[in-house]
Amino acid sequence: MTTPALKFPAQDAPASARAPRATVVALPSPKRKPLAARLRPVLGVIAANVVPPFIVLMLLVGLWQVLCSSPTSPLPAPTTIIQNSWELISNPFYDRGGLDKGLFWHILASLQRVAIGYSLAAVAGVGLGTLIGQSTWAMRGLDPLFQVLRTVPPLAWLPLSLAAFRDGQPAAIFVIFITAIWPIIINTAVGIRNIPQDYRNVAAVLRLNPLEFFIKIMVPAAAPYIFTGLRIGIGLSWLAIIAAEMLIGGVGVGFFIWDAWNSSLIGDIIVALIYVGIVGFILDRIIAGIGAFVTRGTTAA
Amino acid sequence: MSAYLKLDHIDKTFVRGATTTQVLKEVTLEIEKGEYVSIIGHSGCGKSTLLNIVAGLTTATAGGVILEGREVNAPGPDRAVVFQNHSLLPWLTVYDNVRLAVDKVFSGTKSRAERNDWTLHNLELVQMVHAKDKRPGEVSGGMKQRVGIARALAMEPKVLLLDEPFGALDALTRAHLQDSVMQIHATLGNTILMITHDVDEAVLLSDRIVMMTNGPSARIGEVLTVDLVRPRRRLELVANPTYLKAREAVLKFLHERHRFVEAA
Repeated sequence: MTTPALKFPAQDAPASARAPRATVVALPSPKRKPLAARLRPVLGVIAANVVPPFIVLMLLVGLWQVLCSSPTSPLPAPTTIIQNSWELISNPFYDRGGLDKGLFWHILASLQRVAIGYSLAAVAGVGLGTLIGQSTWAMRGLDPLFQVLRTVPPLAWLPLSLAAFRDGQPAAIFVIFITAIWPIIINTAVGIRNIPQDYRNVAAVLRLNPLEFFIKIMVPAAAPYIFTGLRIGIGLSWLAIIAAEMLIGGVGVGFFIWDAWNSSLIGDIIVALIYVGIVGFILDRIIAGIGAFVTRGTTAA
Repeated sequence: MSAYLKLDHIDKTFVRGATTTQVLKEVTLEIEKGEYVSIIGHSGCGKSTLLNIVAGLTTATAGGVILEGREVNAPGPDRAVVFQNHSLLPWLTVYDNVRLAVDKVFSGTKSRAERNDWTLHNLELVQMVHAKDKRPGEVSGGMKQRVGIARALAMEPKVLLLDEPFGALDALTRAHLQDSVMQIHATLGNTILMITHDVDEAVLLSDRIVMMTNGPSARIGEVLTVDLVRPRRRLELVANPTYLKAREAVLKFLHERHRFVEAA
């Protein structure tokens, strides 16, 4: 049925008033019908993914409301939070100068610190990881040191960092850096060490120089490992920045939470926690997304 | 006179801690230009080690490899290897895998357009142009090995080294690829050194078959010249007396040596 219809407009245009023409008109109609039908499974998928978390969330919020609705409850119920912290929820962009800003500005300040510290950690981590993955000597020399240092809790670095930099801002950035770098180093090193001998042989036969080998073989071959490290690193950075900001003060969501505690604004704390959780989730998804994009094909050997 | 490729008294000893294992002993072999030589032997006899020494991926403990009158002891594109497990880079497309080799080898001598043409030409030789934009993970095992061959051919090697290139393939795919390799050999006249453990494959493809004794201290046991005219067709050879005789000789060699080792 379709074949004559396809041939027609190109060649036999003069002899058009024939039966096959009717099939040309008939062709688009079966296409249009599935459009509505096609939406149904898509909607089904969305419903299947959105409805369960929505129901669970509603149940939990309901439970919370019931548990905290008594006047003697130490923590506010959801309705109380919405009443007391409505300005914070409704307008994250207000800025009354000083530290009295909307949550957006606090989160932005925290994100800036994380961006700087984490970027430095990513560059240094991949570099050092490559070094200890590639050189047995460097691994034997540095690995024990790294294994000890990485167990030091992030906040334990803060006083030392404050002493060294004499300022809160670089000190906080250093804490992010030192927190994020260990998983990046270790995962990169494992990735480099796990590059199959076959790829090294190919590089040897082609006589790739060290730079070409690094760009064309090492980085793509180790990319899945590197991105695992980067993903753990961004999660830890976000954990550490909140704690560090509580101590150093200034604009930042960590300070905001501490300030709310000092002002006994428990509702504000809970609103901030929700923001922190969502931002942490988005950061993780961004790194995972970049990783999935960059390493496509690598895992399907 | 001196041969095109010469393996000169090659010894290989592996030292691990206090134990030393001699893998190869006094291996000497001369290969002429355009010749197709197979090395056959049981697994563990060091034939892959020998190929790696020729490729420069492993160094010989004693002796050396001479190609066109010059000693070679580091890997290079003049001795391109087709690896047993294809060794394609999974993050590159079929085209880019070959192009990487072409770009590296001909960066100074061919223009961009010429390198593109040369890449496509070599993919055409192995009938893989249709899948040039696919990644290795998206094509079959036989196709991957075709790309591996194209990549090696694209380097215009003086010697093509095949390390059990069809070992991981099913019988039908293997037969297809063997025919392809025979055709390429007939067209381009490459010098080929192939490792195999398949007797039929060795007889079908080779001008000479080098039979290795069992390790440790494996040596060249016998060298058999296969006097079959080319082009060879596998169906016509099934009842060919020369073919059957060669096959029998190789089987006898492997069979006897194998039993010898079991007794020892």
